[in-house]
Amino acid sequence: MPKEEFVLKGTSACPGCSASLALRYVLKAAGPDTVLIVPACCTSVVQGMYPNTAVNVPVVNVGFATAGASASGMSNALRALGKKTNVVVYAGDGGTLDIGIQALSGALERGTDFLYVCYDNEAYGNTGMQRSGGTPLGAKTTTTPLGKPEVKKDIERIVAAHEPPFMATACAAYPQDLFRKVKKALSIRGPSFIHVLAPCPPGWRYPTEKSVEIGKLAVKSGVWVLYEREYGQLAISSPSRTALKNPIPLEEYLAPQGRFAGIDPKTLDILKQRIAKNLQRLAREESGVC
Amino acid sequence: MLTVATGNKAVALAVKQAKPVVVAIYPITPQTEIVEQIAQYVSQGDLSARYIDVESEHSAMAACIGASMTGVRTFTATSSQGLLYMHEMTNWAAGARLPIVMANVNRAIGPGWNIWAEHTDAMQERDTGWLQVYVSTVQEAYDTTLMAFRIAEHNDVLLPVMVNLDGFLLSHVMQPLDTVEPADFIPPLHLPHTVDPKNPMGYGTLTGPDEYFKFRWDIERSMRDSLRVIEAAHKEFFQRFGRTYGFTEDYRCEDADVVVVSMGTLGKEVEVAVDNLRNEGIRAGSMRLRWFRPFPKLDLMNRDVVVIDRDYSFGFGGVLAHSIQAKNRTGVFSVIAGLGGQEVTYDDIAGFVKNRHIGREYWFGVSDNV
Ligand code: SF4
Repeated sequence: MPKEEFVLKGTSACPGCSASLALRYVLKAAGPDTVLIVPACCTSVVQGMYPNTAVNVPVVNVGFATAGASASGMSNALRALGKKTNVVVYAGDGGTLDIGIQALSGALERGTDFLYVCYDNEAYGNTGMQRSGGTPLGAKTTTTPLGKPEVKKDIERIVAAHEPPFMATACAAYPQDLFRKVKKALSIRGPSFIHVLAPCPPGWRYPTEKSVEIGKLAVKSGVWVLYEREYGQLAISSPSRTALKNPIPLEEYLAPQGRFAGIDPKTLDILKQRIAKNLQRLAREESGVC
Repeated sequence: MLTVATGNKAVALAVKQAKPVVVAIYPITPQTEIVEQIAQYVSQGDLSARYIDVESEHSAMAACIGASMTGVRTFTATSSQGLLYMHEMTNWAAGARLPIVMANVNRAIGPGWNIWAEHTDAMQERDTGWLQVYVSTVQEAYDTTLMAFRIAEHNDVLLPVMVNLDGFLLSHVMQPLDTVEPADFIPPLHLPHTVDPKNPMGYGTLTGPDEYFKFRWDIERSMRDSLRVIEAAHKEFFQRFGRTYGFTEDYRCEDADVVVVSMGTLGKEVEVAVDNLRNEGIRAGSMRLRWFRPFPKLDLMNRDVVVIDRDYSFGFGGVLAHSIQAKNRTGVFSVIAGLGGQEVTYDDIAGFVKNRHIGREYWFGVSDNV
């Protein structure tokens, strides 16, 4: 991994923020000839305050609902000028799964040449942890004090339905895997999408030093499956391939997180069933059964 | 070259000649002909632009913003609901100081669904930092669209420009059109804040209470400077192409005792009404406002003023009437007419003049008012 840093010292991220860690790897992979497009999200604040910036590539802040559309305009203009500059969106789950889903869908459908990275901390972090479409079943947020009654929106299947040439999942707890996927995404023309699980200490209610550990537990329990899908061909990534041979119980992932404290057995059971179903679906797809 | 065209086609033709690099548009009646015509130009190779078929007007403006930040010329068009839908991003375009040009085909706002002419759509954009110009003929739509690029992209302006034309009454009406070769009337765009990876900067970064207002003032300063830039564009247009434009189009105003102020196609009806009134011995004049933002100084001293608004601000009044009252410190007779395509003839307008009550408001066609 290159030594050059594009996320500089002095960001205003919370201590232990894995979204900022992921951005660090994303930009290391993308390199200096990159424009970062950021809709309203934690990264709007994390990058620092005018007249300073803690990010060493151009950062274009755009309207909350517009990441996909703004990137479409930017990418088309740059290509028209004959420039190969990477256009990379860095958007939260709110800006991707909820308010920005229409613009994302449009950009994917139009074959826009760009990389969309959604860092998913499973709630509206910037406004103080309200429920989003990305919040999992049973998780407490400030607007679901009893735990979210609905399941997490499956953005990956929504994106997959647009058949982008490349899509993948990742997590900052696995930097090499994330780095490689960003490199690959940017080497392919057309739209690519990377869904990054972003453990968030204040939102998920765990101690700040545990972000990498929580990310690893997510993968080891199968809650988060690392994979990539290139031109429709699915491949489970090696950290998940290894972990899923002998997954840890879901409880080990949930226990350190205050947001799941006191989760009832029925909800726990549904979560387990859904993990099993997802793993089954991915396994079938990988082996070419479906 | 002499030809005939609709208002929509005239706009599309001017856009083709201005050679934008990115066009992002979403269809909406009565603007759709502009979308189709530009798509046609691009597919035939008559215009080498990137044409982005966006999935909404909100995204149309966002895509223009993204493109414009790379320093290229951009264009979009919309109408009514579409304009309201992109409202968040029209603010953003002006705040980001991007010289985007947009045609807005003025149309009423639902409910009920109404596709006919009204100016309330654009009036709701008046505080966004966009320059707004209203045209009344096919020729003027064409000429003004060409001027819009030059004005928006001028380094003392760098603000977006909205060219307004009345739905159906102009968008779909065929009139003679004399086209020109704009050549360097529209010089190449040099955006000083072009996004450049060799010089990484933050754009639209979090800006605190000790800095934010400076950017707002900067918009207003450019708005004020744009008065001079618009005037220069009018002058140069006349020198090159021989057609005269001003902030207003004045007709028989010099010796008028009563002046009717209006915008858009209504202004042409007013001119006929003025001729008829003069035949009856009433010294009337017509002042058709072209530029609504920046709002120019109007010469309305020592005469009666009748203002026709094809718009309304509920709980307040006709927007044009109140703007004139505030700017000119003069009483006016405020007529609300033509909403949602309501027919207004020159005889109706002559009636407004004869029955004027300075200081009052009159809703045309509604009996229980005045
Ligand atoms: S709220 Fe969470 S995602 Fe946002 S900056 Fe803090 S740790 Fe990072």
